[in-house]
Amino acid sequence: MTFTPRIGVYVCHCGINIAATVDVRKVTQWAAQLPGVVVSRDYTYMCSDPGQALIQNDIRDLGLNRVVVASCSPRMHEPTFRAAVSAVELNPYCFEMANIREQCSWVHPAAETTTQKAMHLVGSAVAKAALLQPLEQRQAPTTPAALVIGGGIAGMQAALDIADAGFEVTLVERTASLGGHVGELDRTFPTLEATADLLSAIVERVVHHAQVRVLTEAEVSAVGGFVGNFEVDVRHGDETEKLKVGAIIVASGFDVFDARRRPELGYGDYPEVITTLEFEKMSQGEGWVNGREPKKVVFIQCVGSRDQVLGHPYCSRVCCMVTAKQARLVRERLPNAQVTVFYMDVRAFGKGFEEFYDGARGAGVLYRRGNPSEILRRGERVVVRAEDTLLGEPVETEADLVVLAVGMTPRADTEALAGLLKLARSSDGFFMEAHPKLRPVDTAMAGVFLAGCCQGPKDITETIAQARAAAATAMVPLMRGKVTVEAATSFVDEELCAGCGQCASLCAFGALSLHPTKGVMVSNAVLCQGCGACATACPSGAISVRHFTFDQVMAQIEVVADFRAPQLSVAPAEVASSS
Amino acid sequence: MLQIEALPITQQYDLFACIQCGKCTGGCPMAMKTRLNPRSIILRLLTAGDGFDLEGREELWDCTTCSTCSSRCPKKVNPMETIIGLRGAFVEKGRVHPNVKTALESTFRQGNPLTMPRDQRGAWAKELGLKEYTEGTDYLYYVGCTPSYDPRAQKVSRSLVSLLQKAGVDFGVLGNKENCCGSEIRRLGEQGLFEMMVEENGETYKGLGVKKMLTTSPHCFNVYRNDYPKNGMAVQHYTQVLAGLIEGKQLEFGGRVEKTITYHDPCYLGKHNSIFDEPRAVLAAIPGVTLVEMDRSRQKSLCCEGGGGRMWLEGTNPSVRLAQMRVKEALEVGAQVLATACPFCLLTLDEAVKHLNADDRLQVLDVAELAAQAL
Amino acid sequence: MSENPTHGTNGRGPAALVIGGGIAGIQAALDIADAGFHVYLVERSPSIGGRMSQLDKTFPTLDCSACILTPKMVDAGRHPNIDLYTYSEVVQVTGEAGNFHARIRMKPRYVDPEKCRGCGLCAEACRLAGRVSSDFNAGMGQRAAVYVPFPQAVPLIYTVDPEACVYLTRGVCGKTFKCKDACTAGAIDFDQKEVFVDVEATTIINATGFDVFDANLRPELGYGAYRQVITSLEFERLASASGPTAGKITLDGTLPKKVVFIQCVGSRDQSLNIPYCSRVCCMAIAKQAHLAHDRLPGAEITVFYMDIRAFGKGFEEFYDRVRHEGVLYRRGNPSEVLRRGERLVVRAEDTLLGEPVEVEADLVVLAVGIRPRADAAELAGMLGLAQDENGFFQEAHPKVATVESNRPGILLAGCCQGPKDIPDTVAHAKAAASAALIQMAQTQKAMVTAHAAN
Repeated sequence: MTFTPRIGVYVCHCGINIAATVDVRKVTQWAAQLPGVVVSRDYTYMCSDPGQALIQNDIRDLGLNRVVVASCSPRMHEPTFRAAVSAVELNPYCFEMANIREQCSWVHPAAETTTQKAMHLVGSAVAKAALLQPLEQRQAPTTPAALVIGGGIAGMQAALDIADAGFEVTLVERTASLGGHVGELDRTFPTLEATADLLSAIVERVVHHAQVRVLTEAEVSAVGGFVGNFEVDVRHGDETEKLKVGAIIVASGFDVFDARRRPELGYGDYPEVITTLEFEKMSQGEGWVNGREPKKVVFIQCVGSRDQVLGHPYCSRVCCMVTAKQARLVRERLPNAQVTVFYMDVRAFGKGFEEFYDGARGAGVLYRRGNPSEILRRGERVVVRAEDTLLGEPVETEADLVVLAVGMTPRADTEALAGLLKLARSSDGFFMEAHPKLRPVDTAMAGVFLAGCCQGPKDITETIAQARAAAATAMVPLMRGKVTVEAATSFVDEELCAGCGQCASLCAFGALSLHPTKGVMVSNAVLCQGCGACATACPSGAISVRHFTFDQVMAQIEVVADFRAPQLSVAPAEVASSS
Repeated sequence: MLQIEALPITQQYDLFACIQCGKCTGGCPMAMKTRLNPRSIILRLLTAGDGFDLEGREELWDCTTCSTCSSRCPKKVNPMETIIGLRGAFVEKGRVHPNVKTALESTFRQGNPLTMPRDQRGAWAKELGLKEYTEGTDYLYYVGCTPSYDPRAQKVSRSLVSLLQKAGVDFGVLGNKENCCGSEIRRLGEQGLFEMMVEENGETYKGLGVKKMLTTSPHCFNVYRNDYPKNGMAVQHYTQVLAGLIEGKQLEFGGRVEKTITYHDPCYLGKHNSIFDEPRAVLAAIPGVTLVEMDRSRQKSLCCEGGGGRMWLEGTNPSVRLAQMRVKEALEVGAQVLATACPFCLLTLDEAVKHLNADDRLQVLDVAELAAQAL
Repeated sequence: MSENPTHGTNGRGPAALVIGGGIAGIQAALDIADAGFHVYLVERSPSIGGRMSQLDKTFPTLDCSACILTPKMVDAGRHPNIDLYTYSEVVQVTGEAGNFHARIRMKPRYVDPEKCRGCGLCAEACRLAGRVSSDFNAGMGQRAAVYVPFPQAVPLIYTVDPEACVYLTRGVCGKTFKCKDACTAGAIDFDQKEVFVDVEATTIINATGFDVFDANLRPELGYGAYRQVITSLEFERLASASGPTAGKITLDGTLPKKVVFIQCVGSRDQSLNIPYCSRVCCMAIAKQAHLAHDRLPGAEITVFYMDIRAFGKGFEEFYDRVRHEGVLYRRGNPSEVLRRGERLVVRAEDTLLGEPVEVEADLVVLAVGIRPRADAAELAGMLGLAQDENGFFQEAHPKVATVESNRPGILLAGCCQGPKDIPDTVAHAKAAASAALIQMAQTQKAMVTAHAAN
């Protein structure tokens, strides 16, 4: 029985995001007469309830067997629409998206050519849709255990939550102790309580929790498997232990900016110039710099942040409050000391922060707006040169202690960790979340989550909230007990395969291996991520990726590369506007 | 060189709280025409280090103490008081304008800054047969220096008396024994003299057992209500009293005033004490009156440049007068009468109308005068 | 899931009650439901979606808010583990952690949810069509007395506004009910009554959101006096495709040429007793300035500020971008807004120039701060929750326990605990879900153990 495609095409306006630039009505009408298209509609928001209902009703009433939605990126809503068609018992792999937003309306001005490009994209999606095959999504059981990489406050909090929910957690920390950078802090803003108290309470719980296993001086050396079924190698000492876990949380933390990269500020040359982190140590009782109580203390904000020249254009988020805290502490301990803070903007945005900033000024800290340009030696002291931009004059401020608010940077070993876990990084170098709003703790790798500063600068409050968020998200597959495995994976045509192994050497996921007896390659459907590297490399054309077969992709290319009016081999279809 | 120590002032006025947002200068009426920049002054005090130089800072005498700055500051800093504090430093160094010196001395000697003899103070009320205030009288009507001595302002006092009498209010006056309240003295920076006056006046009122006071001027009202120590004396501006009498039907208007009137909010009633509605209520109760509002009304009212000692100081830019701008605003809105409730506003706006040759188009009248016309 | 269950109690194991159907409530509900537990999600307005549904684009990525919100709304509406109660309120809560009893009042919509198909014929026919001020559009647009707040509402069921409907307020609607006549599904039912449902929950999550500062409290900025002064929320509605002007930034048909944004209105202001920072406005205004620049070619756009708090991921870069596009940032907190002819003039000091300035504007947008909801105290009373000195719900510890409240078993999610942007809200809601899941998993374990022991 030959298969007759009955394709429904749905063109989304996305409010005015698409409709303002692309003539969606025209695209809808044009799509109606493509081969295989039974119905073509447009609507303001296809992803909404009424939009999805349009598709579902047509599947039921018109017997559609393939669906094309022309809207945003599949990274946004492919899961949404797949779920929508599944709900009315159409296989989710019989659905295809044409991205006419990120790849069309958002990158071109409103013009006839833009609408034509949208038509190309829709046409190619329809051509592929006609060739799509239903695929079965498998379910795999999850290992009821989690791995947390990093024993700082983020890692510890995430571990505690998952353990409290009843799962085994292994916490891997590369140094000898837990606590991370928070362990270096004297007091926290805005409450000014001793950090050690907060931290020790958490460390105690972690160390004594029946479900948490802490491995210090340990490192993750290999990661294999997939969500629900990871296989991880952890090296500690001379041993390498193999763990099976269902979810991985990355909480590897941050480094601080090396202030020597701004040599004009004299860090490393003048003993009077220290960083905020060194101030914390000093504050915990190591004595003042040079052994003397300072009389004039100057704090400098944004050292290594908001600095495009150094490649750190981002804001490090916590330094305004760290400085306010430290400045206030100086005034409280040395009431006769003059304390000045040089700033560009004071970012006191969190709960209690503005009031704390008011308190710092109330304690006699002088805030001067200006980003100091250089620090010079003057006798026993140093002098800070800046413009006070509110006075509109250059000023020189003497100091016997200068504290640089150094920014947060991604850790030096981020690259290695990214490689192990296939993690993407944002332009600022920190790990990239799957979507900044919809999925702030997920990564593109299912089952791998982010917590804390490894994803971007945060203070303790935000770190803990995000760590708990990561724990919640990780708990979902663990509590469900099973995960759905992506079906668009590679498969080998045994007749064509010569067993040369080129594919396996390219596979980043270890999904291909030589069959022990048949002399052909075998693809492991659960390890394969469907990236297609193997298919492009195979000299015999023996490997294909389901849902992206040679025929399907060629059909798309033919439409896009050689645009001509399609043959009217089927009757023109019902055209309807539902907006 | 006129160096003063900055730190004491910075601490006294809590200037560290300032975040340099500029809302004060942005709203300051004098910043519209002079160098006066409250934010900049605060920053210079904060960063003064060894000393703040008052030399050349004549613009500090431009301030009218309207309190736009202090009423809007988001960090509760009081630039106006800081400026008064700096004036105090000038006064201590003896560096004041001769007009100011005269006014201060006159107050000290004659109980008023207008160099008028003390024994003429009660003369305006000679034919009115007013009662002298004694213990047990309901209200003390505190007339004030300008409404006692200035011929134009005396019409207001007389109008007010007729209103109070018509409403049957039991009130008394101090006559020649009335002494200046000290409001302008304090705002000129002469804190020492002011404190003496507070003590003296305080004893007078205590001795007389004054429980309720009503004033002609918002300046007197403000200083008695907010700057004098709490002494159990309830102080009201006359518009509040009239509004209450009207609402209680003790004061009713038989006549009509067929005029289009716009009301100018005096800074010391409005911005300082949030009294916007009572004067309007009195005007609205006068039959025949059509009230129109200028754009700059209520909290945005344009200062007439009469307060803060400015009745005796031309300022650094006398060629531009805010009172004249105000008169133009009233004309623009179609008013025939520019009404106010403060003797300083009355005099400066009246002068402005004359300067602009607009007497035929616009009359400046006090609320009491208008109400009395309708009796 | 059925919209109108007649009884909503258990037999299904531990359940969570989420009060508030904005993004915080939706996210918390989804996480708990995805993990396999039951959730009651209660929302007082006719649709879930909350404040996020009122936004056009979100910073810093300029994602369209509806695009990222509606799929979650749809998920929540269809999730087998979520019982959605919209146009409903929790009126009573008793019990304790692990064992709360809540009473939900389902307000009458006067529309039968089983019959209504969301077609909108009733609203077209309504006698008051186009005459009722729309709350969703922040008062900038009109609707009928029978309405859905926005076209992507979940559930897509019409509701009769009991304060606007002529029949419900006055007892009579002309000769005949226009809505009833127009409805082909027979869904209008003026005899509908309120229904009370009792549910039991292991944990409760308070996700009740926020209100915005009433700009009338800063009269010198001209809000209410001048038509051309609007709030940032009102601007958001103008800029939205689903708004009263379909995304055209205009008040009267003409496009403004000079737009001035004013930051910190009703925030960082001790004189109003609102000393805190509202956290999101610097970025929200940067986004709105960008939208204005995009949609009003050739317009002069100025932002008056005190500090620019562009602290989050991608924020500083977005602030850079907006300045590159030509939006002028001037440091100074404007003191007053006055009329000058047809236009307005904003008076401020440019503190970096050190001079007072007057900037003309034909549209002034006030960045109004985030305030606790007007009825927060009532809710606090009902749930036994403490409020902080600013009226937001008090967390157990400002650093390490921001989702726990003073009452065991009751958690906080989102802006009801303090101002947050969308990513912060989602993280906070997920953190609350984590705490809830722990409690529910432990409860379930205890139940299973008890059951096995029997």
